[in-house]
Amino acid sequence: MTAALEIRDLRMRRGERDILRGVSLAVERRQLVALMGLSGSGKSTLLRAVAALEPFDGGTIRVGAVQLAAGVWRPPSPDPLRREVGMVFQFHHLFEHLSALDNVCLAPCHVRGDEPAAARERAAALLEQLGVGHRGTARPRELSGGEAQRVAIARALAMDPPLLLLDEPTASLDPARRRALGESLAELADSGRALLVTSHDDDFVRDFADGVVILAHGEAVEAGDPRQVLDAPRHEATRALLAAKSAGE
Amino acid sequence: MDAQPAAALRWAGDSEGGAPYIEADSQNPERVVGLDVDIAELVASELGRPAQFVQISFASLDQSAARGDFDIAFDGIEDTPARRASLAVTVPYYEFREVLTVRAADVARFRSLADLRGRPVATLGGTTAYELLLGAEREHGIEAISYDDDVHPYEDLLNGRVDAVLLDNVIAERSMRRMPGLATQPDAVAVGYYVGILGRDRAELRDRVDGVLRAAMTDGRLEAILRRWLVWNDDQPKLHGRVLQDSFNGPSGDSAATGAPKRSGWTMARQYLPQLLSAAAMTLVLSCLSMGLAVCLGSVIAIGRVYGGRVSRTLLTAYVEVIRGTPILLQLFVIYYGLASVVRLPAFIAALLGLGLNYAAYESEIYRGALQAVPRGQLDAARVLGLGKWQTLRLVRAPQAFRFALAPTTNDFVAMLKDSSLVSVLTVMELTKQTQIFATNLGSWVIPGALCAALYLAMSLPLAHAARRLEARWKVPEAA
Repeated sequence: MTAALEIRDLRMRRGERDILRGVSLAVERRQLVALMGLSGSGKSTLLRAVAALEPFDGGTIRVGAVQLAAGVWRPPSPDPLRREVGMVFQFHHLFEHLSALDNVCLAPCHVRGDEPAAARERAAALLEQLGVGHRGTARPRELSGGEAQRVAIARALAMDPPLLLLDEPTASLDPARRRALGESLAELADSGRALLVTSHDDDFVRDFADGVVILAHGEAVEAGDPRQVLDAPRHEATRALLAAKSAGE
Repeated sequence: MDAQPAAALRWAGDSEGGAPYIEADSQNPERVVGLDVDIAELVASELGRPAQFVQISFASLDQSAARGDFDIAFDGIEDTPARRASLAVTVPYYEFREVLTVRAADVARFRSLADLRGRPVATLGGTTAYELLLGAEREHGIEAISYDDDVHPYEDLLNGRVDAVLLDNVIAERSMRRMPGLATQPDAVAVGYYVGILGRDRAELRDRVDGVLRAAMTDGRLEAILRRWLVWNDDQPKLHGRVLQDSFNGPSGDSAATGAPKRSGWTMARQYLPQLLSAAAMTLVLSCLSMGLAVCLGSVIAIGRVYGGRVSRTLLTAYVEVIRGTPILLQLFVIYYGLASVVRLPAFIAALLGLGLNYAAYESEIYRGALQAVPRGQLDAARVLGLGKWQTLRLVRAPQAFRFALAPTTNDFVAMLKDSSLVSVLTVMELTKQTQIFATNLGSWVIPGALCAALYLAMSLPLAHAARRLEARWKVPEAA
């Protein structure tokens, strides 16, 4: 089976700093892979590189049928990468001037060219499915953090990408909402998608991830089944990560 | 005898008016020469005082005289009932004829104002000639065009923007010498007189100046001056004779002593109100159209500077800096007069272009800042969804930038309403110019100024109010 996402020896430099030093990982369909690491370990940058928002300096990224190479991504139009990957940002970046429903409809209408009425119907169904169907007319600033996140997930899902990237989705959620989110994401994986999720939250990763990759100083230092990796850490960085978590509690 | 040196006679005129009245000496531009200079120096020397020239723009001479900025002004100033009512006026020293100048090819066609129905006829604003043209507008259906100077009417006559010019024979003759291809009709439309003007409270000095002028008429010194400047003709000995016999009664029979049956300010205001309103409409229409142009062009420039390549960015930056770094008045002159040999724009179009092109530079800076103020994350989100560069601009970036730009753009619109008064230099009759004419005829700025201010406020206040409402409507409510 070919992976939905395959990263090989990914390298990225910014000035004198090595941000990523040869990271390799793969995410299969129906799999939720968590990317863990201390702040500054390169997690978010890696997601941005997969979405071609950041150029990289070495290695390869393959997203579905699209191969990204080092340097700035100069896609043909329409950009084939966009059919393969969706992204939910840590701070959501919902379009401030549009209602929740219009945020979800925008890409289907203007990128895929859907009928507006049909697109709105599907968008409303997606919002309903994610538990924010009643917030369709609200503007982004009227939404709570959890509601905004669900609208952002709906916006990404509206284009039906096989791979979904989520940057720190658990960061601003209380435990009950974290569980609800985990269940939603697990459902998405079960429905055939691949998910790559950055997180600081080892309980969340234990409960919902199928695999985990630990990043430290731009390298993947440990990877495997979440329960094995997190309950019996072999690498110093993994232990430091778990220690920082328990120190914070 | 008083041992103190006599105080200088401060005399005023406008050296921009040029020969034969007052012009800068080509040998020594610090000095002025001209027939009015010679007359002022003659008067000063007879009064035993040194002459000192004070430069005052022609349109401001009356107001300055009333304020007492100088002792006396000589500058081909016409004797009018309004001046007699508000100022002290000397005996006339020259009789001129208001003559109609046309292109040589039209001599047979346009013999009088009556032949010019529906056609534009130019003159200097605030003069008797302009009043005559306003009369002809009602009587013969001509279109009266007012200029701020007496050179451009003839240039525009030559290049076809107007079909005739009505002005003093002195100016007409000078222009015909300078510009071949013009011809002046022999019959005078009206007759007028040049006088010196002083503040109302300077009657004593005026009487002494009258004495000097009468003496110069008697002994031929005035004739010598007028001959020297090539304006002597058969009308002058007759005028001098009438002045010396004290039988000169001034224009339309009014005398300074009794004053014209003066119309009250409010009566005048009621008469002028329709003209002020139509000038206000001109201001409003011109401002709206110019602002529309400025917003469209400013958006294009801003987008070009944010998205364009190096060459287009450099060119657009140069445009913005040149426009912002030079006076708008200069830009208006270049568009209207400077380009006249290439493209002869009608005054309204030139004004619209001048204001629009100028404001576009300022608008573009607002829009560029607004586009750059849209957070990076919004653009990332659009990109990840697959929106192209222009789709992102149209659907995400521009609508958000629009809100940032709304308040400063409204500010600029209010500024445009007021800056549009500058286009009166292109003969567009807008509110400030009309007010100035009203004030000149009335001899006071109080009522015209108040009416003019009220009309500007009536236009700008609703605009500011509408902007506040729009901003409130689009303001994003705070999260609960």
